[in-house]
Amino acid sequence: MQKLSLRDKIKEARISAADSFRGGKLMSSIFRPGSPFRKGYVDSPRNRSYVVMNNVLYHLHPVKVKRHGVRLSYTLCLGGLSFFLFIVLTITGIWLMFYFRPTELAYVDIQNLQTSIAFGSLVRNMHRWGAHLMVLVVFLHMSRVFYHGAYKAPREFNWVIGVILLLLTLLLSFTGYLLPWDQLAIWAVTVGGNMAGYTPVIGAQAKFGLFAGLEATTATLLRFYVLHVLFLPFIIVIFMAVHFWRVRKDGGISGPL
Amino acid sequence: MVDIPEHLLLRTAEARAKALGISVEQALAEMKGQSEPTIISKEPDAQLLEETAVQEAEVPKSEPDVEKPKEEPAAEKTESEVITPIKEEHAAETPQKVAAVTIEEKPAAKAPAPAPEKPAAQAPAAKVSAPPAAAAKNGAPEEVDFAPEVKVTQRLLTVVKAKPIQKPVAEPVDKVNTWPHLMLPEFVSLMAMTAFLILLSAILQAPLLEEANPNVTPNPAKAPWYFLGLQELLSYWDPQIAGVMIPLVLGVVLWMAFPYIDRNPETNPSKRKFAIMFYTFFLAGAGVLTIIGVLFRGPGWNWTYPWIDGIWFDDLLDWIHFE
Repeated sequence: MQKLSLRDKIKEARISAADSFRGGKLMSSIFRPGSPFRKGYVDSPRNRSYVVMNNVLYHLHPVKVKRHGVRLSYTLCLGGLSFFLFIVLTITGIWLMFYFRPTELAYVDIQNLQTSIAFGSLVRNMHRWGAHLMVLVVFLHMSRVFYHGAYKAPREFNWVIGVILLLLTLLLSFTGYLLPWDQLAIWAVTVGGNMAGYTPVIGAQAKFGLFAGLEATTATLLRFYVLHVLFLPFIIVIFMAVHFWRVRKDGGISGPL
Repeated sequence: MVDIPEHLLLRTAEARAKALGISVEQALAEMKGQSEPTIISKEPDAQLLEETAVQEAEVPKSEPDVEKPKEEPAAEKTESEVITPIKEEHAAETPQKVAAVTIEEKPAAKAPAPAPEKPAAQAPAAKVSAPPAAAAKNGAPEEVDFAPEVKVTQRLLTVVKAKPIQKPVAEPVDKVNTWPHLMLPEFVSLMAMTAFLILLSAILQAPLLEEANPNVTPNPAKAPWYFLGLQELLSYWDPQIAGVMIPLVLGVVLWMAFPYIDRNPETNPSKRKFAIMFYTFFLAGAGVLTIIGVLFRGPGWNWTYPWIDGIWFDDLLDWIHFE
């Protein structure tokens, strides 16, 4: 037998250690049968089904999907990216909440975030551009669905939920717009809130409810903050759950054309 | 015991009654174990079938009603014989008669009380006409006249419906495994989006103007970009129309109700030209209004050219000054 060099011995020991770790009780308890992270995973149709079936993703994806639907050019991944951007915004948003107070200090907090907190500027930028991007992607997703006629029976109601999700996205973006508490924020929200004031019959009340007063003040800031970080995400998650569930119940992806 | 659905039981009983020449009620009773089973003759029927391979196919369906003389040749045998059920002891007698090829005409009209037609009795490809079948079902052995001259040609064992029991409702769909064919592209696009967002955020600084001051109104005061199309509309029309009725009625109600308005089931773009045109006009209109609001509106909401007067939109501050 060929004599192994020290380097080879180390390599062999490393591989066997990794193998016994992957095959060990700990990893087997974490990853369910069929997981590619388990030892001895082989690419077989059975395991391909298990990857989805034995995974929390089974709540999102079926085991099999229509062949035409996996073409990138069909969906451009827009729905998935909308959801992903929502997750990114949730993560960065929670992070930003550590450094933000929805009071007169809001502006100072943002200044501190940008100047004296590690990655503060980057995370704030990600949150802001991500929000703009999400509005755009959700809108493009709606356009994609429209051009494919994917709102037609039996998917009519999912389109309705989708429109609600678009409105909630806009509201989330709009309420977040005020939070930096700078001139851009307060006046954009003033313009938007004044538009709500033109509602027939209940215009004044709508505006008063939105502003928590007659104009944008720190009371408005607190109101928008609570709406932005708690109320609207709560609502939108419920609607998203129904939206995703209906996608599958209505027969998966639409088409082919 | 497993419960057999009543209609299946009945169908089987009918077939059995027909085959054995007993009444349906009796067959049913036998199947339920309430009476002694009818003994089936040891006489092989296959032999009979061979010997009397006849041209049944040539016989028109309408014939059984016609009275015919007793001396008809075999070729003109009618359906009534073809399907006449055999009483087993009678079947045992027939072989001797085969050579004679004499036929007893048993017109359908003679059949006893016509029972309601059961589809099962008519189903097979064999030319079974309803009345004789009914006779078989109905007739107690003494009612059916099994004349010795009757030449038995074939025996109905059972009636099998032409249609499958299970009806496939969905066409098979060409599908692929979600893993890896869907999840991998998804993962890649997520990674690409993350990379794009981080890069964007590293390059472009989000705007932060001076602290909010309700006493200093910027000129122009602009809404977020996704509302700028509306703000542009506001400058044309009465705010109640442009600011509320259009976004609320057109934007929300009509938009949500769209699938219920557009009842055209086609998804092919060439067959839904109006819908596509409608949406494209909406898209173009919203895009043009938004671009005008973002780029071409300056102080006092007056028309400005971005390449002459600059851009009055602070949200894009860093984009504008980015070299």
